[in-house]
Amino acid sequence: MGPAATLNRASMTPRRRPTSEPPRVRRLLIGLALGFLALFLVVPLASVFAHALARGWGAYLKSFHDPVTFSAIKLTVIAAAIAVPLNCVFGVAAAWAIAKFRFPGKQLLITLIDLPFSVSPVISGLIFVLLFGAQGALGPWLIEREIQIIFAVPGIVLATTFVTFPFVARELIPLMQAQGRSEEEAAIVLGASGWKTFWRVTLPNIKWGLLYGVILCNARAMGEFGAVSVVSGHIRGETNTIPLHIEILYNEYNFVGAFAVASLLTLLALVTLALKTWVEWKNASAPGANHGSSP
Amino acid sequence: MPFRQRNVLPGFRLTLGFTLLYLSLLVLIPLAGVFVKTSTLTWDQFWGTVTAPRVLASYRLSFGAALLAATVNLFFGLLVAWVLVRYQFWGKRLVDALVDLPFALPTAVAGIALTAVYSKNGWIGAWLAPLGINVAFTPLGVFVALTFIGLPFVVRTVQPVLEDLDAELEEAAASLGANRWQTFRRVLLPILFPSLLTGFALAFARALGEYGSVVFISGNMPMKTEITPLLIITKLEQYDYAGATALAVVMLVVSFVMLLTINLLQWWGSRSHAPA
Repeated sequence: MGPAATLNRASMTPRRRPTSEPPRVRRLLIGLALGFLALFLVVPLASVFAHALARGWGAYLKSFHDPVTFSAIKLTVIAAAIAVPLNCVFGVAAAWAIAKFRFPGKQLLITLIDLPFSVSPVISGLIFVLLFGAQGALGPWLIEREIQIIFAVPGIVLATTFVTFPFVARELIPLMQAQGRSEEEAAIVLGASGWKTFWRVTLPNIKWGLLYGVILCNARAMGEFGAVSVVSGHIRGETNTIPLHIEILYNEYNFVGAFAVASLLTLLALVTLALKTWVEWKNASAPGANHGSSP
Repeated sequence: MPFRQRNVLPGFRLTLGFTLLYLSLLVLIPLAGVFVKTSTLTWDQFWGTVTAPRVLASYRLSFGAALLAATVNLFFGLLVAWVLVRYQFWGKRLVDALVDLPFALPTAVAGIALTAVYSKNGWIGAWLAPLGINVAFTPLGVFVALTFIGLPFVVRTVQPVLEDLDAELEEAAASLGANRWQTFRRVLLPILFPSLLTGFALAFARALGEYGSVVFISGNMPMKTEITPLLIITKLEQYDYAGATALAVVMLVVSFVMLLTINLLQWWGSRSHAPA
């Protein structure tokens, strides 16, 4: 994005070229596009903060002095702290197998990895209710052993892991496929062990893609609503994540509270976008990013 | 490859084994459970559940609103991608980053924010109310939420194709006497078509299953503003597991068909884009 933008500017001449539009048309198109984005993105974004601060900073900060809010934050962090590393390890393993080896059914495997993206969040929760719920396939077995998964923390972790399943893998697979395997082969032939090759050659090459995947994975893990809503049971202070807590506050007409907690997730979203842009910029500005520097 | 080449890299069995195990345990087996559960219903029960009037009304709303939202995103997505790639203006980098907001913003936050903005005394709703247009708690609200959710897809599928486009094509068209509109219509649009369609399909598929942002703005009135995912939750809350599962099967089948379509579109896009 970066170099391309400066290139465009350099090649822009004051006189209109036949492959560009008249300034009037240009301004109209920019205006229309920005108007659309303002209407659908900027206005809702600003409204979160406006509503959160509607009764001043005091009321805003007071919304967080609530043990229930605190426990919702804690549960969200726990769920993300389990789901993100799991999917990270899976993403690296899947990308290694898919990008570095040939085997039949590879394309099918890639499609299956993407599957959770095309499943409605509600169904992502439902499948775990069907498996582990009281009426579910493993329900009686779990009840006998007094293990609770649905309407408890494990269910929330499972649902979160499911919906964030593809994020890291889908970033790494195309990246590692494009990088090929010659660098790793050289390391192995020169006598490095498999692990050493991975840590010293592969990981430095994929670090930006990995970071990118982790950032997106984390944002989704902390913000997931539909799937978690189905398995949570909405027990206050116990099985409510931040998004579910927002819903409860909102339905109780505690708008300042709901938007105050929502502003927390909005800030997280903005930080995510900033980090994402930074990683993209970092990746584009370093021409050797795809090859890395193997020590 | 003419002969079987030995791959010196280690870890194939370990990584593929782990991938398949994790995929099966977390995704495939739980998803298969939906189909197993549905098979406990007779065909008549299944058909009766998935074609009940209230369910049919939810399909109409879910499909209609998703289609409309994806269409709006098709046009505005192309416009935004075009403006971001071709023109210079102040704050362009910021706008480019902001396009991904619907991916990063939790759906529940989007839901309450859009409801606040588009309700009768909201920032935009207050302007629309005197015109007799109510957005929140009507099907129009569902459309607004789904447009928000699907906004980045077309932009992000079209943008890279537009960036990679060879300037010579347009120069050739111009030197042969085509005006800008003709060049766009006859030269650029056919090249962008596969990526436009892919973005449209992605936005449509995402909108079909969307739940979080819609439930707040729709008001959830039976027969009027109930989307299909909400009906699944309603059935679950009534402990009608079989009924919820039957609806889930319908939605899953539609999702799989969409996934297949998107894969075919992407394959078509990469083929028609590559030889250029």
